[in-house]
Amino acid sequence: MATVTAPAVTSAPPAPGNRRRLGPPDRVGWLFILPNLVGVALFTFVPLVSVVILAFTDWNLVSGLGGIEFIGVDNFTNVLADPLFWGSVGRTVVYAGVSVPLTVLLGMALALALDRDIPGRGALRAVFFMPYIVSTVAIGMTWLMLMNPSSGLVNQVLGAFGLTDLPGWFASSYWALPALIVIAIWSGMGYAAVIYLSALQDAPTDLYEAAEMDGAGPWRRFRTITWPSLLPTTVFLLVTLFIGTSQGFGLVALLTAGGPGDATTVLSFYMYQTGFQFYRFGYAAAIGMVTFVGVLALTLAMWRAQRGKALND
Amino acid sequence: MTDATLTRVPARTAAAPRANLTPRQRRARRNRWLWGIPLWLLALAFLAPFAWMVSTSLKSNLDAFTIPMQWIPDPAQWDSYVEVLTGENSILPAFANSVIVAVARVLGEVLTATMAGYAFARLHFRGRDKIFLAYLATSIIPAQLLLVPRFIYFQQLSLYDTLLALILPGMFTVLGTFLMRQFFVAQPAAFAEAARIDGANEWQIFWRLYLPMATPVISALGILAFVWSWNDYETPLVLISSPEVYTLPLSLTGFADEQGALAPNLSMAASVVSIIPVLIVFLLLQKRFVQALTHTGIK
Repeated sequence: MATVTAPAVTSAPPAPGNRRRLGPPDRVGWLFILPNLVGVALFTFVPLVSVVILAFTDWNLVSGLGGIEFIGVDNFTNVLADPLFWGSVGRTVVYAGVSVPLTVLLGMALALALDRDIPGRGALRAVFFMPYIVSTVAIGMTWLMLMNPSSGLVNQVLGAFGLTDLPGWFASSYWALPALIVIAIWSGMGYAAVIYLSALQDAPTDLYEAAEMDGAGPWRRFRTITWPSLLPTTVFLLVTLFIGTSQGFGLVALLTAGGPGDATTVLSFYMYQTGFQFYRFGYAAAIGMVTFVGVLALTLAMWRAQRGKALND
Repeated sequence: MTDATLTRVPARTAAAPRANLTPRQRRARRNRWLWGIPLWLLALAFLAPFAWMVSTSLKSNLDAFTIPMQWIPDPAQWDSYVEVLTGENSILPAFANSVIVAVARVLGEVLTATMAGYAFARLHFRGRDKIFLAYLATSIIPAQLLLVPRFIYFQQLSLYDTLLALILPGMFTVLGTFLMRQFFVAQPAAFAEAARIDGANEWQIFWRLYLPMATPVISALGILAFVWSWNDYETPLVLISSPEVYTLPLSLTGFADEQGALAPNLSMAASVVSIIPVLIVFLLLQKRFVQALTHTGIK
């Protein structure tokens, strides 16, 4: 799951013209941030700088630190000419492009249903949210067995409906990616619904009443009031889920190891494989950077699109 | 789910006596079930994998493969639990490792993020906004990109394959700092100014005035940090190799092969054990957990 979000930053009020009223000396502020800053510098800033440097080198673990060789932009040109890379880009686009919008849409539908006054709402919310808090591994192993082609429950149920020629799921290069998408939607839907529910708390109720008075039907009310008021949430979910889905390799590493063949080798897994199975760190760093730039460009495009559409921003 | 949860009337609807219901209220009451029943059916389908997990964990290995599958294990037996807790591949050491990592990470993150978030929001010092901008910039960096350089570092520092490799990066997070800063920015500055005039020192102002206000946010951050730490699979996958240093997610994978065939009863029992702590935290603190999640971005 993604832990990378870009919170909306509201800047603290700037100090007035004379720069400093009654207040503590600079030293105090520094002391307060120091513990966190030292850690972030050591474990985030420095690694980031080194990953950029690494991307311009050819290095594997075996040759030791002395064996680092600068090769300029070769890694990048190789990545861009690498059919395996483009193949995994395509699979990532399918994987994220199908699972994320469906997760968001189904999550919204679920939230609108849960927002009504129904028996046992709290319990329902907890049920749908549960897959999100359970670990990837526990979920993955459960689905692995549920989707076992011969003994799994999923095919038993499908067979009970009279279907024949059942999917081989993770054993089939055609069905493995759809199976991953199903699991991704199942585990993300409740999360999306919970986020939507909190957005619905702030929905403009007076508008609904006014619209009802004017005889607007439910669909019209949704289209003109609910949908626009949920737009920021929708974009937030699309962006965070998209980033999370395009980066997480845990589920793939656990369930298919990128297979059968390379049917489920998505970008994040390809990078993991390059770095940690073949120990080609320079190349892995370059894959990571190219991916990052691509995801960033798409994310910015989404924000732009939202800003253009937003009503009063 | 017990019947109690099904029949409990939500706070929103005061149970009105039947006699004087307006048609509108009567319609609303019928609609509750009209929407409620399909949603509960969907919820049951959603829960099916978990029900299957529990059911399989209570079967013998042979029964686990019976087709068609039996939802109620007969005979139900705890052998799988005994095996995964006390057997040769006991998950208890990994469980202990997971606890150590989670506790250290939560304490570290909450402490350093609260202090830093407070300073970014409420104290003025030279370079504050530049540093914060740098924080902001890193927040959009995929965590995955950091795995390669961190792996190399920990190799060089001989921390590879130790719990410290999992603990240290998780103790100092940008995201936690954001969360705390967002909270402190919204608090009034007047308290601090008044306290300064009264001669309180900065530490007292933070500790006595602002920290108590922040308890809900701090506990929310703590819950999030715990769940992330507990479920983290990718970091140990890359940074840990010896079985005695495994955390729970790694030790669980030993009970299943890629075909999902190897001892389903054992792997499901291990999974159930691994889920319990997170489930307890979640069910006890559900509201706060959800609040924390919604605060990590929107607003």
